[in-house]
Amino acid sequence: MEGLLNLTARELSGKIGAGELSVREAAEAANARVEEVEGDLNSFVTTTPELALTRAGRVDERVRNGGVKPWEGVPLVVKDVLSTRGVRTTCGSKILEDFTPLYDASALRSFGESPVMVGKSNMDEFAMGSSTENSAYGPTRNPWDTNRVPGGSSGGSAAAVAAGEGWWALGTDTGGSVRQPAALCGIVGLKPTYGRVSRYGLISFGSSLDCIGPMTRDVRDCALLLQATAGHDPRDSTSANVEVPDYLAGLEDGVEGLRVGVVTELMDERIDAGVREVTSKVAAGLEAAGAEVGEVNLPHAYYALEAYYIIAPAEVSSNLARFDGVRYGLRVPADGVHEMYRKTREAGFGAEAKRRIMLGTYALSSGYYDAYYAQAQKVRTKIIEDFRGAFSRYDVLVSPTSPSVAFEIGAKTDDPLAMYLQDICAVPASLAGVPAISIPGGLSEGLPVGVQLMGDHFTEPMLLRAARAAEQAANFRFSPRP
Amino acid sequence: MISEEQVRHVASLARLGLTEDEIKEMGGQLDAILDSIEKIRELDLADTPPTANPLNLSNVLRPDEPRPELPREEALAPAPDPADDLFAVPRID
Repeated sequence: MEGLLNLTARELSGKIGAGELSVREAAEAANARVEEVEGDLNSFVTTTPELALTRAGRVDERVRNGGVKPWEGVPLVVKDVLSTRGVRTTCGSKILEDFTPLYDASALRSFGESPVMVGKSNMDEFAMGSSTENSAYGPTRNPWDTNRVPGGSSGGSAAAVAAGEGWWALGTDTGGSVRQPAALCGIVGLKPTYGRVSRYGLISFGSSLDCIGPMTRDVRDCALLLQATAGHDPRDSTSANVEVPDYLAGLEDGVEGLRVGVVTELMDERIDAGVREVTSKVAAGLEAAGAEVGEVNLPHAYYALEAYYIIAPAEVSSNLARFDGVRYGLRVPADGVHEMYRKTREAGFGAEAKRRIMLGTYALSSGYYDAYYAQAQKVRTKIIEDFRGAFSRYDVLVSPTSPSVAFEIGAKTDDPLAMYLQDICAVPASLAGVPAISIPGGLSEGLPVGVQLMGDHFTEPMLLRAARAAEQAANFRFSPRP
Repeated sequence: MISEEQVRHVASLARLGLTEDEIKEMGGQLDAILDSIEKIRELDLADTPPTANPLNLSNVLRPDEPRPELPREEALAPAPDPADDLFAVPRID
């Protein structure tokens, strides 16, 4: 069983396909690992050990008849913001403490009628945060150092994968929520092109930014999980009607002649020296592997965080309006309907959700709309133009994923602005809707550092190939944290 | 500087109840965040069009055809107060 936990998802899938291992045995191994470490980590809001075994049995039956897709048998961790039929989905919030969705998110479609799921992973409430401390179900701890945060908002997914509580996970990324926790936990995390994976059944945070992405042990697993989740969906009108390529083909073809630009604005003194050092080393590794490496500017990156912290809260204030105690979730009784809304939302939302609703409502309110929201939307255009310019000269852009390694629990909880700064390297790609992947580049202060690679819209095959080369250059070997 | 009165007004627009402590704290926090955001206003973007969707999607239409959806009893299952096949709410004031 120890041995199983050291396999990548692809290796596990290979053994299942070859009949050397049953899906049930894999699910048992994951369940046992969850049992062993969950008390220390709190990676999950809800664990589903029996469901995993039952569903594993169903996939095993189908394996015998053939036709099971290579990802179906590999037990999966699902962030608690993705709707799962019959399994409660809280979004890390008290307002959805007893909410059980009626359907599965479309991202799970290709896992069949009953995805083999280890559990629903912990997260910052409604995916707002960079440390998983904003969860109503307690913070998740980083498997590298349990006094430190795993990053966020997909911190539960990242910690679970890093600790081997399952082989891979789905996270969601609005302004870095897949990439930053992947970086802080020493795993791979991809935010695909906006629209590449259907958002149907993803409980919305920022609808023009939200992306569902794989969180995995290595880049090959990442390509496989993207293959499983990508595709157009008539139920999400913003999903891209663009053909899904084979993400594993060509993955090992290397970076000979690939043009790689290191982003100057994301390598300044706001980034810890140790993090910059690892990033430069990975860029040098790509050069040694045959890439042409230079420097590139994204001048409006200096305004990206500010634009993001207007646009995202504005979209939040609209999206979280649906939590009103009428159709599902918490209701606090009151005499009139308006008082019921106010009391329900006061009791149901945590501090950060309230702060963002207030910020977004303010930025959209009469008299402030043009100064804040409209201006931020224009900055977004400028950032997209910057990327367009950069991609005319380079195929891949490189930067750190996060300005620091994992910080201590409680270090930033009293200072929302300090927490927001965690997102400076991640938000430009979010605003531009381009794909961005974080790979473990090495260690600083004994903790993992993530390096981010960004590509143009729908260039995931090339981006994954570059990330695979970067991962090999970094020579970071995954093994589950004790 | 955001006054307590403004905080109450915005909270009321958002149908969000806040405790007295939260109201006191919120003004200062919003000020700090807005101060840091202020710098986007230094850019002259009068001629720049806004972006709402990063892929520049505009309206996506589909044929308006009825199709089977969730049965009513299932859709009402998560409701705090289902009544007569409907979602019941307190008096609308």
